[in-house]
Amino acid sequence: MGEVYINSKFAGTVDDSRQFVQHIKDERRKGVIPNNVNVHYNEKIDEVQVESSRGRARRPLIVVKDGRPLLTEKHVKQLEKNEISWSDLIKQGVIEFLDAAEEENCFVAFTEQDLTLEHTHMEVSPLVMLGLATSLVPYGNFNQSTRLNAGSKNQKQALGFYAANYSVRMDMDVNVLHTPQLPLVETVMNEISGYAKHPAGQNMVIAIMSYKGYNMEDAIILNQGSIDRGLGRSSYFRPSVAEELRYAGGLIDEISIPDKTVKGYKSEKDYRFLEEDGIIYPEAKFKEADVIIGKTSPPRFLSSLDEYNLASSTRRESSVSAKHGEQGIVDFVLITESEEGNKLVQVRVRDERIPEIGDKFTSRHGQKGVVGIIVPLADMPFSASGIVPDIIFSPHGIPSRMTIAHLIEMVAGKVGSLAGRTINGTTFDAEPEDQLRRELMDLGFRENGMETMYNGLTGEMYQAKIFIGDMYYLKLKHMVANKLHSRARGPIQLLTRQPTEGRAKEGGLRLGEMEKDTFVAHGASLLLKERFDSDRTIVPVCEECGIIAVRDDFKKRSYCPICGDSAEISSIEVSYAFKLILDEFKSLGIYPKLVLENKY
Amino acid sequence: MSMYTEYSTKLPKKIIDEVKESVPENISDSKLKKVLDECVREFENSQVEAGEAVGLVSAESIGEPGTQMTLNTFHFAGVAEMNVTMGLPRIIEILDGRKSLTTPMMEIYLKKPYNKGDNNIRKLALAIKGNRLRDIVSEISIDIADNSLKIVLSKDKMREIELTEATVLKTLQKSVKNYNVKMEGVEISLKAKSKETTLNDLYKMKEKVKTVHMSGVKGVTQVLPVKRDDEYIIITAGSNLKDILEMEEVDATRTTTNDIFEIEGVLGIEAARKAIIDEVFKVIESQGLNVDVRHIMLVADTMCTSGVVRGITRYGIVSQKSSVLARASFETPIKHIIQASLIGEVDNLNSVVENVMINQPVPIGTGLPKLRIKRQK
Repeated sequence: MGEVYINSKFAGTVDDSRQFVQHIKDERRKGVIPNNVNVHYNEKIDEVQVESSRGRARRPLIVVKDGRPLLTEKHVKQLEKNEISWSDLIKQGVIEFLDAAEEENCFVAFTEQDLTLEHTHMEVSPLVMLGLATSLVPYGNFNQSTRLNAGSKNQKQALGFYAANYSVRMDMDVNVLHTPQLPLVETVMNEISGYAKHPAGQNMVIAIMSYKGYNMEDAIILNQGSIDRGLGRSSYFRPSVAEELRYAGGLIDEISIPDKTVKGYKSEKDYRFLEEDGIIYPEAKFKEADVIIGKTSPPRFLSSLDEYNLASSTRRESSVSAKHGEQGIVDFVLITESEEGNKLVQVRVRDERIPEIGDKFTSRHGQKGVVGIIVPLADMPFSASGIVPDIIFSPHGIPSRMTIAHLIEMVAGKVGSLAGRTINGTTFDAEPEDQLRRELMDLGFRENGMETMYNGLTGEMYQAKIFIGDMYYLKLKHMVANKLHSRARGPIQLLTRQPTEGRAKEGGLRLGEMEKDTFVAHGASLLLKERFDSDRTIVPVCEECGIIAVRDDFKKRSYCPICGDSAEISSIEVSYAFKLILDEFKSLGIYPKLVLENKY
Repeated sequence: MSMYTEYSTKLPKKIIDEVKESVPENISDSKLKKVLDECVREFENSQVEAGEAVGLVSAESIGEPGTQMTLNTFHFAGVAEMNVTMGLPRIIEILDGRKSLTTPMMEIYLKKPYNKGDNNIRKLALAIKGNRLRDIVSEISIDIADNSLKIVLSKDKMREIELTEATVLKTLQKSVKNYNVKMEGVEISLKAKSKETTLNDLYKMKEKVKTVHMSGVKGVTQVLPVKRDDEYIIITAGSNLKDILEMEEVDATRTTTNDIFEIEGVLGIEAARKAIIDEVFKVIESQGLNVDVRHIMLVADTMCTSGVVRGITRYGIVSQKSSVLARASFETPIKHIIQASLIGEVDNLNSVVENVMINQPVPIGTGLPKLRIKRQK
């Protein structure tokens, strides 16, 4: 007697659990019971769990009966002719979705050849074990699993054609690749996922060789000639937003060219791109600090008294301007209304990103790398037939990572480009390598993909044969232009007077504790002090009570608020952070007394 | 002779002794002076310069290769269940000054007639091994009806370590209070004296009685005779230096343990210092790293200068720092600041951290020399 639970709630008992479970399955395949019902039979405790709740991960499998899949040639033909669809197969009970629990009771074959009489199901395709991005990797079954993970992660960061209506969208921080291409070596997932509508890379000629060491440590070498012809170009879009906010007392922001009397007025030069409406004109080429949307705000902290004060009319400058290091062209201006009904101005700026040293590229096999040098076309190595590679990839990236698919894709891409067709590189179901090699031979090339190449600088032939081929390369969204950062002088924090942190705030680069230790270890005491001088201050200290005194610059004298005018006051140099901690001690009721002594 | 005494303030005794040994006995004074002068020059040359940040250099020199150390514990090849903590965990254990080790271990060297690899060594090893009751019983059961424990001894195991039932009974009687220990046929019964003994108490007693020490050296859980060079030694898991050294057969001059606190207690602080150096160096060497011993010596010195072994933790040597700010900059700042403010501590700003805090040159290297001038009136 087996207990039956429906959605984990006890429902009753059955005499023959096995038969009961089989009955539910049969009815489900017939379509009497909805197909989202799953049953799990626990033999040990003779318990049947029927599940129809939401949130279970389920996956499709082909039903197998007596060692034969229910999906027949007839179905396949009908599918090809578009006479039936996927949902018809489910209705017919040819394909069913199983959840994790029901899968426990099933015996699933991987391929048709594996089928025995005991099998209950068969995989739709071995590809279902992979996710979307992973199944886009060609010849994935030749790669180490970690490389597939890395490769699919990289694909998500690739620049491409993310939306056809990008030109009327106001997306934050997006990139569009100028001339995206479809991969020469593709997988069936390319078609299933509609990759043709959202391509995210370009086919490039890759040579695996070194070039004066500029592709050490995963760097790649780019061909200037290729870049000049548009390889890897992309545009970066970012909107600037300004809204006319309303404040208490009927006051409102105003989008306009700020008046010179406004508090915080920058300089006439900074506002030069603004038209009468206070907004920059389209196609204006702006540089950092240029104002994009001119805006003024009413004065802050308006008390009731100020309303009668004429001087209170001085408004604050609150324009939106280009950030530090930012430059570009105004692409699109949108004037609309916000949800609150305020005037809202969005200015989308665009910046053309031509590949430069430091930009990140990758193949689909987790072989990411950064541009190490851009070599003039004339200096690039060339093959006997005059082919010049777009990218030179380091051979050291291959042995330890064992990305064999990377190498196969190169051969396949070469065949594809020469034969003028796309190559099917679907994981577990690809065109075999030896067939590709034969075809390459027929096309008049060495079957192993190697070619005789010549030094671009001297014209001499390389002793070694160079492995060269075509593969699909992706430009990743990490570009130096967004990351480059340095600082000599710059903004400081209000509280600590130490430099701000982070690129966005033009921050300093921290000299941390371990870095400090290296200075000490070298005995470079005075250099160390200089490095930590960023927040140094001179404070007057009362020699009597040892508390920080007051300096009155107006009267040109110092006095101690505790001991009065008569006390001896000396100025000492300390870090502002130290002054701050003394203040914090005082606020805790601790008396931090400074005992001064002549330094010399 | 007088020449040597003259130099005794300039050179360490060890170097003078070395010179004594290596020069001919009838060396002339002028020649000897030349030799000694050269020694002095070389000695002074090899000394660390004033103002060198030795501690920090040591810290970096140990710390940097330390990052490459594996967390593996090595196993003695071929020997079952004899492993020792090695690598980073062991170094941390030593430098933190932990009282209880994860794997205490001893190497027992034996005196001349005993270190031959005959049958005796096996006997000796078994005699050293500390046996607890659990090692010689075949069964312990609780008699609920009778409110007592029944212990069945294993004859085979007892014969192996030459223990009689009578002695077992005697030791049990001595160590177990509140229970009547009696021999009942083949088993020993422990019956509670008071009637309020609950089953829970009995259960606790069962666990306790298992650990009663029966024979051999307390604390030594495993013994293993091993051939080292030409002699046999006994390696043990578990350590009890004091009792082992008292044994007649043991060569007390070479026998060691890896428990630094035991060495400190039995042999004194100097021996503990040496033990720290040896133990740390052993680990670093076993990892194939190359760290100069003098760095480790410095660490060992700082751990031992107070006369007892102190670990490099906030409770150990860090708490001994004279500067409030330096202590506060390590762990638990609030505790130190409040403590200092309660007793009105003065910070003389003598070391590195404090001076970094107040942005003054640190008194090390170029920050050390000061200029003293006479003010013109």
